[in-house]
Amino acid sequence: MSWLTALLSGLLFGVGLITSGMANPAKVLGFLDIAGKWDPSLGFVMAGAIAIGTIAFQFAKRRKKSLLGLPMQIPASSSVTLRLVLGSAVFGVGWGLAGFCPGPALVALGAGFPKAWGFVAAMLAGMAVFELLQRAKLNQQDA
Amino acid sequence: MSVDIASFTPGLSLAGGLVIGVATAVLVLFNGRIAGISGILGGLPGSPRGDAGWRVAFLAGLLVAPVLASLLGKPVAADIQVGWREILVAGFLVGIGTRFASGCTSGHGVCGISRGSVRSLVATATFMASGVLTVFVYRHLLGG
Repeated sequence: MSWLTALLSGLLFGVGLITSGMANPAKVLGFLDIAGKWDPSLGFVMAGAIAIGTIAFQFAKRRKKSLLGLPMQIPASSSVTLRLVLGSAVFGVGWGLAGFCPGPALVALGAGFPKAWGFVAAMLAGMAVFELLQRAKLNQQDA
Repeated sequence: MSVDIASFTPGLSLAGGLVIGVATAVLVLFNGRIAGISGILGGLPGSPRGDAGWRVAFLAGLLVAPVLASLLGKPVAADIQVGWREILVAGFLVGIGTRFASGCTSGHGVCGISRGSVRSLVATATFMASGVLTVFVYRHLLGG
């Protein structure tokens, strides 16, 4: 049952990205290009998503278990770390270069755009390097 | 600054945003999980038994959405303006950056801000500023 709701969520997420125009990197870059011809659309996507999200998380926060009886796994960390800021800054450079963040890149991959395949392959490589660095750090701590 | 009226789609973008909001609501209320794409994808390889299924299902839904759109006669229009070199560099930076930041536009930008997380607000402000700066340098200073 839980995979069915996850599938539905992923499908809705994809439909939302497509409807909003955010699967199109040119539109995302239009939002980030405040010095050029600015397209405010991404702000409207965020506003719509956060409006619904705020209501949903109000309910979720009060529950210990989900509607399917699964544990609520909402992040507890509240500390602003250098790692968070540097990671976000690096992510922003990639985002601004291509106009893709992970969700839209996967949608464009599903739509069959060769460059989206290339982007996702490189993204997975970046994630793999992160895993390797994490493991190296853990091994160092163990030693 | 001038607003690009020809490209601006306030109605559709707001509607799409509401649907994204419903998607995050479904995942947190039924599965108890955050709809953060980089975390769902990046956490897949090392995920413990029983934790992989929902991740695969969510990602499958995301990948099937454009196929469904095509079948309904509305194929996804993605205008990818940059070359292969930029695409590969950008993909790598997005992959490693989002994992170090523990989230991307969905996990921090939508879910984190929705639950009032200061951490996510800082992350979102940082990647937005960094994205704006990158576009400025690449488009206007380097003329790429």
